[in-house]
Amino acid sequence: MSSLSAQFTVRVAAITAVAAAIKRFRLVSVGEALPPFSAGSHVTVTMKTPQGRTIRNSYSLMGNRHDTAQGYEISVLRTQNSRGGSEFLHDAVKLGNELTMSGPSNLFPLDRRGKKFVLLAGGIGITPIMAMADYLSEQNLAFELHYGFRNRTHAAFVDELAARYGARLVLYEQDQGKMLPMDDILRHQKLGTHLYVCGPAAMIESALAAGRRAGWPESSLHSERFQAAAGGAPFQAILTRSHQTITVGETQSLLEAVEEAGVSAPYLCRGGACGQCECRVSAVDGVIEHHDHVLSESDRAQAQKIMICVSRVKGKSISLDL
Amino acid sequence: MKPLFAGIKSRPLYTGVAIDHAASHHIWAVEGGGVSKLRAILTGDATHLLAASTILVTGDQAAATCEFYHQKQADSCHHMQTVQNLVTRLAVMLSTARMGLRLYVLGSEDFIGQVAATAQRQGIDFDDMRTEQCGSLARLVQCVHCKGMIDHVTTNIVPCPHCGIQLFVRDHYSRRLGAFQGVAVNAEDPSAIPTIEEIYK
Repeated sequence: MSSLSAQFTVRVAAITAVAAAIKRFRLVSVGEALPPFSAGSHVTVTMKTPQGRTIRNSYSLMGNRHDTAQGYEISVLRTQNSRGGSEFLHDAVKLGNELTMSGPSNLFPLDRRGKKFVLLAGGIGITPIMAMADYLSEQNLAFELHYGFRNRTHAAFVDELAARYGARLVLYEQDQGKMLPMDDILRHQKLGTHLYVCGPAAMIESALAAGRRAGWPESSLHSERFQAAAGGAPFQAILTRSHQTITVGETQSLLEAVEEAGVSAPYLCRGGACGQCECRVSAVDGVIEHHDHVLSESDRAQAQKIMICVSRVKGKSISLDL
Repeated sequence: MKPLFAGIKSRPLYTGVAIDHAASHHIWAVEGGGVSKLRAILTGDATHLLAASTILVTGDQAAATCEFYHQKQADSCHHMQTVQNLVTRLAVMLSTARMGLRLYVLGSEDFIGQVAATAQRQGIDFDDMRTEQCGSLARLVQCVHCKGMIDHVTTNIVPCPHCGIQLFVRDHYSRRLGAFQGVAVNAEDPSAIPTIEEIYK
């Protein structure tokens, strides 16, 4: 069930700086036509760095969902302390370059039975939310979009959104002291409303907590928080089924190191959100640092499972059923 | 012939009406045998809960139930003459309601199905309702051949009053309609009618 099953070679057809440290890329297929995608979908982009490393990151899809001959669009925030994926896209990728990209998958789909939709975006979290607003507006469904950001320089698509959605868009500029008033937003929504929130982890937690305080059922609270894996100190991974011992480098994820060793492991979101890459742990010399949003507290306490896309080991080594 | 309980995923589970204290308002839809369960869970001394409760009740004990909850100062209690009246009143209520309310449904399977189908159209997911099956197991059945509805079905096989086909009452359930599926039991040989048993009393 690896996403490697549907891969497209895409050419970078446009690069636009849309805010400080955010670039939008339009990716056009050089072969087979790209399929239409649903709002909330993401793709995994495979990057080969000049040093010969392979990095795979997931990005939410934007742009025209129907006419995919124009290509898919992704927007990428250049992050510090990352493993180099966003830096590579920002600094090394030029117009006309080719990249490998997976087909779309959607772990953040809209519940179309909703009577109304409250969309909350923080910073670069605007990307899936923007595709949702596009869909809802096209379907003439009721929605409101609340968008929080540090300041205008760092906020992508503000003018575009304002022109499209007028009074349905509310902006919150942190530097002006404005934060999303979660309780006020969620307290008086009509029955059948669904919340979709994407942004920094603290913002997501605060939105979900406000929803629960207002008595919203869990089935109406939707969030997406996948983020690229962070690096860390190197450690060893012993792959028991393929009889290999590999080193997971400082700027590499465990999944990337496994793939580099030629071992195929299942994955889908590469951001700790979907649970597809769950792997059995037979031994660990050190402590597992779980960064996923899937495993429960008791799973973590047992230390028998790990999501290899985002989690690491602080210590010497881990033995995996791969 | 036995009912096909196993493996039918569409058939809802009625997991009980535990009170959700996170909710800002509580709506209780109650029919017939559901009254005694309601009285047991929404007791007269639950002042805070009563003040945030709207009750819609139908059946023999509806009048006495309303009198009790009026005295105990529930937010409101409505005595509805029929299930259809109750469902219509609920639909109007929900159409202007806010997020944060919780719906509790207590009564026969047929009643739960009709209330749930209406509530779902107003935006409440089935799994977010609290349901408890009390009293009759009688079913609302839809004939798959003519689409006619048959209520209070208590037998494994029922003749469709609309088109005359002998229907086998399946566990295959439509949450949209709140009804079970009825399919011709003797399609191959119209003269063969299996033994009719009352199994949904």
